[in-house]
Amino acid sequence: MKRRDLDSYKDLNDPVQLAGLKRDSRRENRARNWYKFTRNPLSMVGLITVLTIVVLAVFAPFIAPYPEHVKPFTDFKNASRPPSAEHWFGTDEIGRDILSRVIFGFRFSLMMGLVVLVIVVPIGVLLGLLAGYYQNSWVDSLIMRTTDVFLAVPPLILALAIASILQPNLFNAMLAVCLTWWPWYTRLVYGVTSGLRNEFFVTSAEVTGARLPHILFREILPNCVSPIFTKMSLDMGWVIILGASLSFVGLGVQPPRPGLGTMVSGGTRYLPDQWWISVFPALAIVVLVLGFNLLGDGLRDLFAAEDS
Amino acid sequence: MSDAPLLDIRNLEVDYRVFGGTLHVLDGIDIRVKPGEKIGLVGETGCGKTTAMKSSLGVLPSPPGLISGGEILYRGKNVLNYGQKKMNSIRGREMTMIFQDPMAALNPVFTVGRQFEPVLRHAAGRRLSGSEVREMSIAALKNVALADPERLLDSYPTQLSGGMRQRVCIGMALSTNPKLLIADEPGTALDVTIQAQVLSLLNGLVDDLNTAIILITHSLGVVREMTDRVYVMYAGVIVETAPVRDLFSNPRHPYTRGLMESVPKLSGGGLSSAIMGRIPDYMHPPGGCRFHPRCPNATEECRHLKPALTTVGTDHEVACHLYGGEKNRAESSGKSAPNGASKESPAGGERTQGRNLHA
Amino acid sequence: MNYVTFVLKRAFHAVFVLLGLSLIIFTVSRIMPGDPVRLAVGSRAPQWVVDNMREQMHLNESIPVQYGHWFIDALRGDFGVSLVTRRGVAKDIHEFFPATLELALFSAVISLVGALILGSLSARYKDTWVDNAIRVWSYLGIVTPSFVFAILFVLIFAFWLNWFPTIGRIDRAFDIARITGFMTIDSLLAGNLRAFWDAVVHLILPACAIAMGPLAQEARITRSSMADNLAKDYIASARALGVSERRIMSRYLLKPSLIPTVSIFGLDFAAGLGNAFLVELIFNWPGLSRYGMSAMLSKDLNAISGVILTFGVVFVVVNVIVDLIVAQLDPRIRLRAAKGS
Repeated sequence: MKRRDLDSYKDLNDPVQLAGLKRDSRRENRARNWYKFTRNPLSMVGLITVLTIVVLAVFAPFIAPYPEHVKPFTDFKNASRPPSAEHWFGTDEIGRDILSRVIFGFRFSLMMGLVVLVIVVPIGVLLGLLAGYYQNSWVDSLIMRTTDVFLAVPPLILALAIASILQPNLFNAMLAVCLTWWPWYTRLVYGVTSGLRNEFFVTSAEVTGARLPHILFREILPNCVSPIFTKMSLDMGWVIILGASLSFVGLGVQPPRPGLGTMVSGGTRYLPDQWWISVFPALAIVVLVLGFNLLGDGLRDLFAAEDS
Repeated sequence: MSDAPLLDIRNLEVDYRVFGGTLHVLDGIDIRVKPGEKIGLVGETGCGKTTAMKSSLGVLPSPPGLISGGEILYRGKNVLNYGQKKMNSIRGREMTMIFQDPMAALNPVFTVGRQFEPVLRHAAGRRLSGSEVREMSIAALKNVALADPERLLDSYPTQLSGGMRQRVCIGMALSTNPKLLIADEPGTALDVTIQAQVLSLLNGLVDDLNTAIILITHSLGVVREMTDRVYVMYAGVIVETAPVRDLFSNPRHPYTRGLMESVPKLSGGGLSSAIMGRIPDYMHPPGGCRFHPRCPNATEECRHLKPALTTVGTDHEVACHLYGGEKNRAESSGKSAPNGASKESPAGGERTQGRNLHA
Repeated sequence: MNYVTFVLKRAFHAVFVLLGLSLIIFTVSRIMPGDPVRLAVGSRAPQWVVDNMREQMHLNESIPVQYGHWFIDALRGDFGVSLVTRRGVAKDIHEFFPATLELALFSAVISLVGALILGSLSARYKDTWVDNAIRVWSYLGIVTPSFVFAILFVLIFAFWLNWFPTIGRIDRAFDIARITGFMTIDSLLAGNLRAFWDAVVHLILPACAIAMGPLAQEARITRSSMADNLAKDYIASARALGVSERRIMSRYLLKPSLIPTVSIFGLDFAAGLGNAFLVELIFNWPGLSRYGMSAMLSKDLNAISGVILTFGVVFVVVNVIVDLIVAQLDPRIRLRAAKGS
């Protein structure tokens, strides 16, 4: 049967037709769920936090009160000042404004999260689709057993080890995090795919002679979209923590660049008297991660409601 | 047979508190069960049958459920005032319930035997030795025609088929020899043939034990076969009640008629041919008669006034303005006690007739 | 019988994972830029020393043969010599590992016990202020990195309130002979109760810093699984059959509700081990993580491999134990595994 014939064939018992109908109602659902999302105060707090931080990071040079403090800069006259009207978060041991550095620090954290996810998600998803589609074959075993092995070491330790062997800089930190993070997406997508593998719509696509990319990306992948997006939003938070942890031990953002983790660890030497040097960057991490988590939970509720 | 009802549910109201509002799920229902009587409770899925019955046993999950009005009298005493301990002394020994989905009604992480144990101990009200418990459980399983009960006791629910699980549930419920058994759509989750076996087994067992039963179902065929008296429920209200023959020969409420008309359709399409639309949204139920948006005979009055149960024949009551007449309309407009006026009219003696007629 | 099959399958899988892990570590250690021998002997060593060393380390052989040698050595517990301590890596691991394990176990207990208490309180008093307070707290616990907790705890409880010591495992005044390597156990074995108490006090802050995240996570899961199960028909069914409320709560509800909590515990334990890397730095805790950290910062390849493999083994073992417990709790898993899917 030609495709056009299918389109003109109107029967509600026909799954192909139903799929078309479903798409419209799905759009409707999405509009309704967006409304629901905006009604949930926590999700909105998350969204607003994330948006605010993104704006701060993007326009950091215009927003930060002392943008020059991000570059090599010393001002020993104003060193180690506690929080004040001039320096809301105080100044560090060489007189740099901590608030300005935190605002710039958001840039590195967001970049870390974005770059890692942009690299990791396609790879992980593709492997998951393949493993799920070729279920119980050598492809499945090879891919899934490899994820088992990668997941057998705590991600932070693996990332630390990889980052330490390479040169310590932001790029290698990202690379290290990428290497530890892809298996999660593979597992996630594998779970969904292997559940759908023998569903009617996949079999019917096979029978009509659809090619593999079509089956993987047009038939199966759309079903994985909501869990993937939810996980991405939650993962932004975790990846940011992982990046901050690497920076904390000196394997990420290198001083004098203002990584949040770098600033926290630099400040620990001045505890407890000059607590603000590490506490404010630390709280900044918490707020950032909290924002992404609230957002992610909101998305999850949204998608869960859509599925039911 | 005594006239005193075993279970007497009076004007029961239940709300579900959910995120974003309150669902008024039961809007004042009345159900009476006499000892040994077989009651059918009929209605579409989601009309509140199970909620009403769970409330009677005090096992309504709360939150979200909340009993907001009415009384539930067991042997004349309001069990809503009972504390947990006292309620527990009735449950199992006096009345008990079989749940709809036998998959969900057995705890998946304990063997069948382990789940029998506390039930039997509670029912016996005394210490039982391990071998006594085992013997009694085996007897209970044999009672529901299960082969190889020894092996069953050491199995987990997941190892059993749906029909076996349903039998185990029935066996467990009847092992305590209760006076009243509430059976929530037994067998609906099973194949039709297995369902028929389970139902006839259940029917035989309650006959033998002279246990009163409330059979929740949406199958009129089952009701006709097994029960003496029927309550028809729609969206949290009882719309009609009558002895079973009377109901089938002379259904009054438009909803009941719709149900009957939709029966011959074997394909399982349900009500669609006879009654259009679906059960209303409980957060914003339609005013007046809750059935009016779907009712072919709806009038202006149905939109505003809630009809009360009115006697229309021997032991036959219906809540519909078609049969109300002027008098009923005036009385029921006192919205707060819609059922109060009509409840006094049917005499107790009349109610028993249904039972005798059938027997 | 079922259970034995399950255990064997799980153990086989664990061995396989460890083999894979050894392959990854070997690969990673060979992709390092620069000559590992040069790094090991220093830039001033004469060439013949380097050549000898290359021979000794089998670096002139093909890669698979190298792996073979490395693997056999690792199997014997020989990870070579550490660049930092100039001792055998295995010896270092033996010395530093108990401190980390003690910390990790202590925090695991804190997180699990705390999570069960908070989670069941939350489920029991769902949608009341108790529940809301616990939920807010667990949210904060989840999003806060453990090194932030460590810094805040040190600042508040050690420096400002002065309730706890800031660094180390025990006060230097105590001289406890090393027997097991667990300071708490060793001090008890020595019969020194004051030393034992001091060791416990030293443990509390770092263990709590590590435990906070897992605690929050597990509490959240316990809450939702308990709340879910509470609304299940089998609870209503048990009540309808007259099973006592106490029995329902302590058995019918608790056992199935524990399954997700225990399942997540394996992952949380791993996260805890990872976080110990940072927390040990902050508390100057003389454990394997701090050792591993300094090995990483000085590119001490042998030590890094040894440490990672050790953590891999611990993680795999913990996960096998967790799986066995979960299978013990959940017959469905056991039956499915025995069926062989």
